[in-house]
Amino acid sequence: MAERRAETSSPLSGDRVHQSLWSTLRRDPKVLFAGGFLLLLVLLAIFAPFIAPKDPLEQDLMLGTLPPAGGSGYEPGYFLGTDDLGRDVLSRLIYGTRIALLVAFIAAGLAALFGTVLGLLAGWYGGLVDIVISRLVEIWMAFPPVLLSILLVAVFGSGVHSVIAAIVIIDWTRFCRVIRAETMGQARLDYVIAARTMGYPKLRILIREILPNVLPVLVALLSLEMGIAVIVEAILSFVGLSVSSDTPTWGGMIAQGRQIIYQGWWVLTFPLMALFATVLAFNQLGDGLRRALDPVLKR
Amino acid sequence: MMTPLLSISGLSAISLRERGAPILRDVSLSLARGEVRGLVGESGAGKSTIAKALLGILPGTVKVTAGEIRFEGRDLLTMPQKDFRAIMGSDIALIPQDPQTALNPGRRIEAQLTDGLRLRRGMDAKNARERALSLLAEVHIRDPERVLKAYPHELSGGMRQRIMIASAFSLEPKLVVADEPTTALDVTVQKQILRLIRGMQEAHGTAVIFVTHDLGVVAKICDTVTLLYGGKVIEAGPTAAVLSHPRHAYTRALIAAGPRYDRPDAGLEPVPQAVFDQLQAELAMPFSSEMNHG
Repeated sequence: MAERRAETSSPLSGDRVHQSLWSTLRRDPKVLFAGGFLLLLVLLAIFAPFIAPKDPLEQDLMLGTLPPAGGSGYEPGYFLGTDDLGRDVLSRLIYGTRIALLVAFIAAGLAALFGTVLGLLAGWYGGLVDIVISRLVEIWMAFPPVLLSILLVAVFGSGVHSVIAAIVIIDWTRFCRVIRAETMGQARLDYVIAARTMGYPKLRILIREILPNVLPVLVALLSLEMGIAVIVEAILSFVGLSVSSDTPTWGGMIAQGRQIIYQGWWVLTFPLMALFATVLAFNQLGDGLRRALDPVLKR
Repeated sequence: MMTPLLSISGLSAISLRERGAPILRDVSLSLARGEVRGLVGESGAGKSTIAKALLGILPGTVKVTAGEIRFEGRDLLTMPQKDFRAIMGSDIALIPQDPQTALNPGRRIEAQLTDGLRLRRGMDAKNARERALSLLAEVHIRDPERVLKAYPHELSGGMRQRIMIASAFSLEPKLVVADEPTTALDVTVQKQILRLIRGMQEAHGTAVIFVTHDLGVVAKICDTVTLLYGGKVIEAGPTAAVLSHPRHAYTRALIAAGPRYDRPDAGLEPVPQAVFDQLQAELAMPFSSEMNHG
């Protein structure tokens, strides 16, 4: 085995890791599509005021419940129709990406930060540290997440900060468990033992040797978590616990559309599709990154 | 006579997993400065356990029950963790068995090779890099600039082992422990690596403990040899003396079991059962009997 390896292992070729990661991703149509879609969403969120055709809050009861393009009574300029208050659905959809992505990035990022730090400590130091952190995770996971998040937001009061806090408080356990297991796996490998025989401090080995090798898992997990955060935000908006109703959110639009589904199906359908596509894109990207990063490092 | 660099005396260890089965039985050996000592034995003879005890990386399932490992007069087993860490890497370094896994797959060679220099010797990044380049040249790596930029998986097994050797010698340690450094390598590369270790050892005046199961390797590079079986020292002495006039039947049988390149048709001679019976009787004898009580 080892001899074969030695023969076939490639000669030097500069930055092979980055090249092969990029070339793997480039050949993966799902990742390309998901990544492209998410990039588009980010651009929409940033440049919403320039892209949205109307003011998302402007009401015009004379133009209430207009159908999207192609429907009878379609009003030019309201491409995806209007809701019962005469607000432009397309513009609200575009502005809705702001809250969705804000929550996705910040909440998932903070959950990853806390979970990873605790997971690394538990997996590396073991013993009492591991027992305390692991039991904490288990107790935490015994609570039903949606119920807990509604409870938390009810306690903190509604608003985007509370939504982010709720997601972080609930979902750090996901990262903690996976990173702990990955850290324990890495800690058994020879390169960590070699570093120990060099007499490096334990914390340094954890940060400089182990952390770079759990990053691939972390990146994949982070992408999946962003999809989850988008859903949680939509759920909380749906039950009216997220931002105040004068900020357009997909969850809020779905809740509103549900009430007038017989008069205007489009008010419900388009935010649902946006939500579905966004979560799918995050999941596909996460899967693709995991596939692409694994073989490079497990080689 | 000077005090030995390393002296292991009465070292005994048991396995916590196999109901206290002895792994090392009263092992003693000493090593002078600049000496290359072969630690030979079959699987389970305890040669790796000695190396791991010395390096402080014994698995949690093995417990040292008696003995001491004195390095420059101080017992490694009982000294404070802080002092031990100061010695590791700096005075005692490891050349690991498998260069495929001993380098961190996620970091460039430069980072891994300069860590010790910057952290333990206080060099700045530029000086550490210079030193790393000269170390790579010393282990006969062509194009060291490029190797520094590479990740481990871009290099061949022989290259990686050269890097591990460079790394082990980078802090000018007094003792290098080589844990079967050639077993994971291609046969043609093995010889070069052996020669390289011997060359580095001579150039730096470093003492080496060479763990191996191959008497042929011992004959090539070791000054002295300690032969183990079942965690017990069977025979020890200068390599030439032990190999040409083995005193123990097991040593004789092992030498006979090796391939004879001068007589390829002779075939391999297995170690006779009588020798194993004798070994078992000896292991059961003096102090191991009290350990097997109950």
